[in-house]
Amino acid sequence: MQFISTVFLDGLVYASYLFIVSLGLTITFGVMKILNVAHGSFYAWGAYLASISIIYLGDNEYNSFLYYFAIFLSAIIVGIFFGFIIEKFILRKMYGEDIHLIVLATFGIFWILEDLILIVFGVDPLMPYYPAMELGGIEVVGVYQGVYSLTLAALAAIVAFICWYFLNKTKWGKLLQSVIFDREVSVSMGINVKNVYLVTFIIGGMLGALGGAYVAPTISVSPGFAIDVVVMSFAVVVIGGMGSVPGALIGSLIVGMLRAFAVHQAPVLELFIIYAVMAIVLIIKPQGLFAPPKPRKI
Amino acid sequence: MNFNILRSWCKFVLALCFALGSILSISAYAKDTIKVGVVSFLTGPAGGPFGVPAKQGAELVIDAINNGTMPAPYNLKGFAGAKMNAVFSDESGGGTKQVALFRDFVQKQNVDAMIGYISSGNCMAIGPVADELKMLTVFSTCGTPRLYEEKLRSHVFRTQANAVGDSLAAAKYIADVYFKGKITTASKMYTGINQNYAWGQDSYKFFELGMKVYMPSAKGSSKPQFPKLFAGQYGSEISALSLDKAKIVHSSFWNGDWEAFVLQSMVRGFFKQKIVVSSVGGSGVDSLGKKFPDGVVMGTRGLVGLNVRDNKDPMNEWFINEYKKRYKAWPLGPSYQYARSVLAYKIAMDNARERNANKFPSQQQVINAMKGLRFKSFVDEIHFARGDGHQAVHAISYGVTKYNKAKGEPGIEKLRTYPASCIYPPAGVKSEDWINNGMPGRKCD
Repeated sequence: MQFISTVFLDGLVYASYLFIVSLGLTITFGVMKILNVAHGSFYAWGAYLASISIIYLGDNEYNSFLYYFAIFLSAIIVGIFFGFIIEKFILRKMYGEDIHLIVLATFGIFWILEDLILIVFGVDPLMPYYPAMELGGIEVVGVYQGVYSLTLAALAAIVAFICWYFLNKTKWGKLLQSVIFDREVSVSMGINVKNVYLVTFIIGGMLGALGGAYVAPTISVSPGFAIDVVVMSFAVVVIGGMGSVPGALIGSLIVGMLRAFAVHQAPVLELFIIYAVMAIVLIIKPQGLFAPPKPRKI
Repeated sequence: MNFNILRSWCKFVLALCFALGSILSISAYAKDTIKVGVVSFLTGPAGGPFGVPAKQGAELVIDAINNGTMPAPYNLKGFAGAKMNAVFSDESGGGTKQVALFRDFVQKQNVDAMIGYISSGNCMAIGPVADELKMLTVFSTCGTPRLYEEKLRSHVFRTQANAVGDSLAAAKYIADVYFKGKITTASKMYTGINQNYAWGQDSYKFFELGMKVYMPSAKGSSKPQFPKLFAGQYGSEISALSLDKAKIVHSSFWNGDWEAFVLQSMVRGFFKQKIVVSSVGGSGVDSLGKKFPDGVVMGTRGLVGLNVRDNKDPMNEWFINEYKKRYKAWPLGPSYQYARSVLAYKIAMDNARERNANKFPSQQQVINAMKGLRFKSFVDEIHFARGDGHQAVHAISYGVTKYNKAKGEPGIEKLRTYPASCIYPPAGVKSEDWINNGMPGRKCD
């Protein structure tokens, strides 16, 4: 019982973290058909901005609310600022170009933003641990868990619900779904696809930044730490299906649970198991488990 | 007649060659400045806690030697009289990139020597290239024992003793301080969390081997953790270690990984539940300050950093004071390690010049002077006693972290120092064989 509950909790926390980060990546791909390698930069910038804000607020229990406010505000600022600049001034000029060129452009943007981190924040690691320390630990079936890490699961659930509500119950969500389904038909129906692209890219960036900002209090925020996150997010998105929101959710849960199980039972297989699953999915269903249906064009 | 003219011409050409050769050799041997590449992580997760303090340590000592302001025995100005022009370079990017940069330093920038390297992977990649290009290279921090146990090196020296001593000293400390026959067998179990590459795997392997010798009744866990380098998230690993019966947890985590692990495990009461032994976690003690848990068994890879802050050796006091004055921070382990490599190079240069009738020495003369060298470091003495006189050994100390409330800064207590003769095999013997044979001839007192 203790083993099962611990693996489940570990898997859930890791899956929640992966879901928040990979959701932005998959939404961007679904709508814009762009594999955004620069997504990792949103994650890193979100983490940095949240870190300096929390450190500026200082270690004070009366600042609890402000810490979370700083985390969400950082994600919004990073998403809007970089999302707007990258989409409006770089990607917009490349639509219609070969898809590989666009991937290379986002790869270049990733490294530029990484270097910008060095220039702005330097190389010293930042440790905005106050929110995580404040919440402390809680015993769950005989094993202490960090409360802050557990709140990641709640955050992921909220993000998933908002995403579902937005896509299915709002006008903007339906516009988005129509663009995901068929861009050309959407244009002919009068949808301003340029605006949809811009908003989508900003929302995707915000989600990436939120992942970094929320995780920052549990890690040492230092240059280059986002590279692995991008790789892991790609694995999740490939398993779930490029552009599928439920796919990102299921993909995160599969990766999170399998990784947790491997760490507890066979630590040497920790990474192997994730990529083995990815390879199997690619062999059996190359488009991913929940890839959105493609319209057949005549 | 023709023969005489030819002979005269030959004499003239020979004389000209001799004169030119003399001029060239004088210019080569009477240098005012030397150019040295200094490589450490300046970006990436290893930059802040390791690479930058390392660069600063080297920079401080190079400037002091250039200006003749180092305390004795390094108070003679310059490196064999020459001023060192250090070119600092970033170690990030992996072995292939570093080999290309190394070649660039040697073949295009014409450096006189190379100093540095933190990552064991990079040292393993650079070592053979340094020998191939015949470039004197002094490794500062990397710890894999394979560097010299797999092959002897002609142009490569390492001032940092290898990971074997760090791991064996950790095992001995645990045996000496915590388990003097009073703890149940179940509590004597040990496990580890180490990064999944040369340094992490070697560190745990030798800790495990050491425990088998020092505490034969202790048992290793079947599930030690080896997360990938720079993983950042350790929730599952911490849970797995918490459920493991083992009381002792060995870790050679360094850079941001160590800080992330401490942060994530601290809120889960991990440090109250387990005895954590860290072979190189000194940087986290400073960055977390009073939040860093008390009771962590801490090593600093030699008599450097946190473990020697109260040491009154004049050289150590000079280094700490100057470092704090210039960089507004305590010197960390890597600061000392890089500074130590610069000292080794300086003393070898000076000795070589002295042996060369006070003429500027050639690289081979410097290599000959460095081989088997015994030199004064900030607190202790370093001896190139292994790897055919190219691999240094030195003492290793461990203590227990205890925040000093009176001073308002991190502290260390229950310090124990193990001499090189206790934790390193004799010259020419492979570490693993020596340990498996019960460490014959070791002298620990």
